[in-house]
Amino acid sequence: MSQAEDIESVDEDGVIESVSGPVVTAADLDARMNDVVYVGDEGLMGEVIEIEGNLTTIQVYEETSGVGPGEPVQNTGEPLSVDLGPGMLDSIYDGVQRPLDVLEEKMGTAFLDRGVDAPGIDLEKKWDFEPEVTEGDTVEPGDVVGVVEETITIDHKVMVPPDYEGGEVTNVESGEYTVEETIVELDNGEEIQMHQEWPVREARPAGEKETPTEPLVTGQRIQDGLFPLAKGGTAAIPGPFGSGKTVTQQQLAKWSDADIVVYIGCGERGNEMTEVIEDFPELPDPQTGNPLMARTCLIANTSNMPVAARESCIYTGITIAEYYRDMGYDVALMADSTSRWAEAMREISSRLEEMPGEEGYPAYLAAALSEFYERAGKFQLINGGEGSISVVGAVSPPGGDFSEPVTQNTLRIVKTFWALDADLAERRHFPAINWNESYSLYKDQLDPWWESNVESDWPEVRQWAVDVLDEEDELQEIVQLVGKDALPEDQQLTLEVARYLREAWLQQNALHDVDTYCEPDKTYRMLQAIKTFSDEAFEALEAGVPVEEIQDVDAAPRLNRMGTAEEWNEFIDEIENDLQEQLRALY
Amino acid sequence: MKEYQTITEISGPLVFAEVDEPVGYDEIVEIETPQGDTLRGQVLESSEGIVSIQVFEGTGGIDRNASVRFLGETMKMPVTEDLLGRVLDGSGNPIDGGPEIVPDKRQDIVGKAINPFSREYPEEFIQTGVSAIDGMNTLVRGQKLPIFSGSGLPHNELALQIARQATVPEEEEGEDGDGSEFAVIFGAMGITAEEANEFMDDFERTGALERSVVFMNLADDPAVERQVTPRLALTTAEYLAFEKDYHVLVILTDMTNYCEALREIGAAREEVPGRRGYPGYMYTDLAQLYERAGRIEGKEGSVTQIPILTMPGDDDTHPIPDLTGYITEGQIMMDRDLNSQGIEPPVNVLPSLSRLMDDGIGEGLTREDHGDVSDQMYAAYAEGEDLRDLVNIVGREALSERDNKFLDFADRFEEEFVQQGYDTNRSIDDTLELGWDLLSDLPKTELNRIDEELIEEHYREDETAEAVQAD
Ligand SMILES: Nc1ncnc2c1ncn2[C@@H]1O[C@H](COP(=O)(O)OP(=O)(O)O)[C@@H](O)[C@H]1O
Ligand SMILES: [Mg+2]
Repeated sequence: MSQAEDIESVDEDGVIESVSGPVVTAADLDARMNDVVYVGDEGLMGEVIEIEGNLTTIQVYEETSGVGPGEPVQNTGEPLSVDLGPGMLDSIYDGVQRPLDVLEEKMGTAFLDRGVDAPGIDLEKKWDFEPEVTEGDTVEPGDVVGVVEETITIDHKVMVPPDYEGGEVTNVESGEYTVEETIVELDNGEEIQMHQEWPVREARPAGEKETPTEPLVTGQRIQDGLFPLAKGGTAAIPGPFGSGKTVTQQQLAKWSDADIVVYIGCGERGNEMTEVIEDFPELPDPQTGNPLMARTCLIANTSNMPVAARESCIYTGITIAEYYRDMGYDVALMADSTSRWAEAMREISSRLEEMPGEEGYPAYLAAALSEFYERAGKFQLINGGEGSISVVGAVSPPGGDFSEPVTQNTLRIVKTFWALDADLAERRHFPAINWNESYSLYKDQLDPWWESNVESDWPEVRQWAVDVLDEEDELQEIVQLVGKDALPEDQQLTLEVARYLREAWLQQNALHDVDTYCEPDKTYRMLQAIKTFSDEAFEALEAGVPVEEIQDVDAAPRLNRMGTAEEWNEFIDEIENDLQEQLRALY
Repeated sequence: MKEYQTITEISGPLVFAEVDEPVGYDEIVEIETPQGDTLRGQVLESSEGIVSIQVFEGTGGIDRNASVRFLGETMKMPVTEDLLGRVLDGSGNPIDGGPEIVPDKRQDIVGKAINPFSREYPEEFIQTGVSAIDGMNTLVRGQKLPIFSGSGLPHNELALQIARQATVPEEEEGEDGDGSEFAVIFGAMGITAEEANEFMDDFERTGALERSVVFMNLADDPAVERQVTPRLALTTAEYLAFEKDYHVLVILTDMTNYCEALREIGAAREEVPGRRGYPGYMYTDLAQLYERAGRIEGKEGSVTQIPILTMPGDDDTHPIPDLTGYITEGQIMMDRDLNSQGIEPPVNVLPSLSRLMDDGIGEGLTREDHGDVSDQMYAAYAEGEDLRDLVNIVGREALSERDNKFLDFADRFEEEFVQQGYDTNRSIDDTLELGWDLLSDLPKTELNRIDEELIEEHYREDETAEAVQAD
């Protein structure tokens, strides 16, 4: 979080009137909405959320036990902002962008104390600045003036802040600088540092949104294959507990082909963040081979951390994402879980005694959700370039019931819906994405990418799979009544093909070294192999071969091993040959 | 310390009093009734001139003449290793007639959140000796794994069996060098005296009491006190784990009673209720308990939690199990049908889950084949279960040979694998061998979740042959 540097400019202190959990009211405080204030003798960080006459209501980002009326409240006069600059990648922050490793060091304990502040980026560290402009060049807001190597994967582009005027460069030199030192001077007196600040509740400026045409390749078969997300698109993953929201989000954070990943653990488990912190530095980015952590920024407000900072962590995350977008990167943001964010809004709202809307959520829930997802997109940048933010939000509906307000309001906004299903999870069919309920509205606009990058008949093959799965769904209803053996042979065979689609293709084990990531070519080839089985099998059936014999060919069960096969190209070639041979030998 | 006789309102568990000096939020309050009883409470809301107080022991006996003292501090638990072997009431006062407790220090009962950066990911396998857990839903040190049960189901027997049998296999073999010892913290909230005795008798019979600390809030104790009991228990657990290097197992029962108390307080405060009348902040409140499990980098000890809750109406979408499941690292689901079939423990593995299993098992931890065997048994049992509905309609004869094998598998799984009784302690090897025994009744080609090499190594060819002949 942005250290308010000059508190001395601040007006009179206010005085606490009342304390109720994270909500504090203060009298005589001269403040504007969303100003950051320091509350009580310990100076706990808070934000102004309501002003009524002489009374100011503040949400406090730290525990308020022991704080009482009469204690002072100080205004910083600045809105809640994030520090932007090199050093955000390979970091883990709390909900108001305090680095958790720095807090551990400052507090000297593994437990989170309060009243300790820390800047979001290291103010002392020197970075090697490489200018991309020379004296005499004219620069405008958003223009890149130079780069520093932020991590081994990412070049950090130093930009003219969007709220500058711009002008002619009068002074610029390469060298080692801290983020607060001036690296470029302009003729109008403006000085540019690597450090920028931006208020989290305000979207950073950008140009027009464009229609996304490239997929965010996730390496997950059911997602890439059936319900793709576009770079710059939005997706929701609702599901009851244990259905796979977190694993799915982590899979995307690990394997998707974004340049930058912002991962927000919003009101979820501490150990899940720890897992990411421990794993990501070890895992290779599938594109560069570098450690995944080198492209990742983590934000953690776990379920036991202060609830007000849960409300803010979403904004902190999306603002950081926008900053990297402005550099021209494709950013993917995961928020696990947006329901906890909505509940934090509800909790604060009810302490404010606002009029509750549906299920106690504030009336502005829908607006807050759509404002957040609106910050996703493929954008023209103010510097003329292009960048994107893809947003994936997990939703945790109470009792797994999708009719509740957060799920419903989210579905009205997002274009990709990955519906998780408790029944699939129980039988350990993972990812437990229900293929009948899920959808992607990006499918058609992404088909050209698949046709030119993978195989030209991709849309047909995919449609074939969808049709078989649909047919299975209908046949299952009959099977429930009469048993499978009572069906005509061709329908029995359809069920068999559908079973391979489910078990060999849709299922994908995130915990298996090989299966965890499936490149688009492999996704296509695997599907093709099942189709080969289907085509050959139906021909055999037509030639009079009994369905039992068809099902029993040796090569068929090996379809189930395609996902875990390392040399998959050879492996699939071999299966296809064997299938042909064995099935044709039957007639 | 100022004393007030300014109570203006008494409502359910809440007391409102006027004050003329600032009082801190969450501060501890003592109320002395005209009869001379001292009751304790906590500041729920503090405003200029007036505070609302939640009274732990209930407001019975309080009237406007009662005097109110603010202690100027939030609630503390006096902690010391000497607590081991002691029995305390739900507010932390000894009730075993033992010596006075001399605290090493007094610790805030509202625990601070563990910095996620300071945590260590839990991955040490705890062998409970129960196949449905060890084989299918493995528990690890530092995990929070609740038992979702229903009234009248044998959750206490299972919890006690775990407490009795839990070991970390390597350490048995003399790796005890790290000096970490095992301790049990038992926090009872609103359970009956009979249930409490069940636990106490077992602790005494097995000698476990010596390494246990017991907190007892029984059914006829004040409901509001249940807000405090688990926090006292967890504060003690954290002290023993992170300052005295103990591996602590915390059993909290019954979380449903805790949540009822939470609802009662919310209603008394006239809050806008959330789902089914429970407060909107119940998720956050429960998280502040459950997240106090774990491991910390650089510390020897650990806090493992087994909270028990009874699902009202056996409904796992009820807010209490639902919010719990969203926070804990899995759940062990007890099942009424299995219980009436006489399966002990009646664990339904399908809706059960251990989220930390994957990192706690495998080569070097349990066995190389563990993950695959468990996956395969889940899939096969689920398939067999599905077929049972169909059998009821069309009969077994109408099913294929393949389907019949899955049906048989599901039966054997329940009757031999899950069923073991509360006194049988199975090693992880026994559990996995039993798993192979069952899986070998299925055709090899059906075992598509298991690595082919592992199948070669463990699959029992002859048994299938026998089975086929017997058919
Ligand atoms: N793709 C997957 N592959 C393998 N296991 C999975 C997968 N998705 C989920 N799981 C299993 O399901 C469990 C619960 O998933 P999780 O993502 O934590 O659920 P949620 O966040 O919805 O509560 C995980 O611990 C893991 O065992
Ligand atoms: Mg999750």
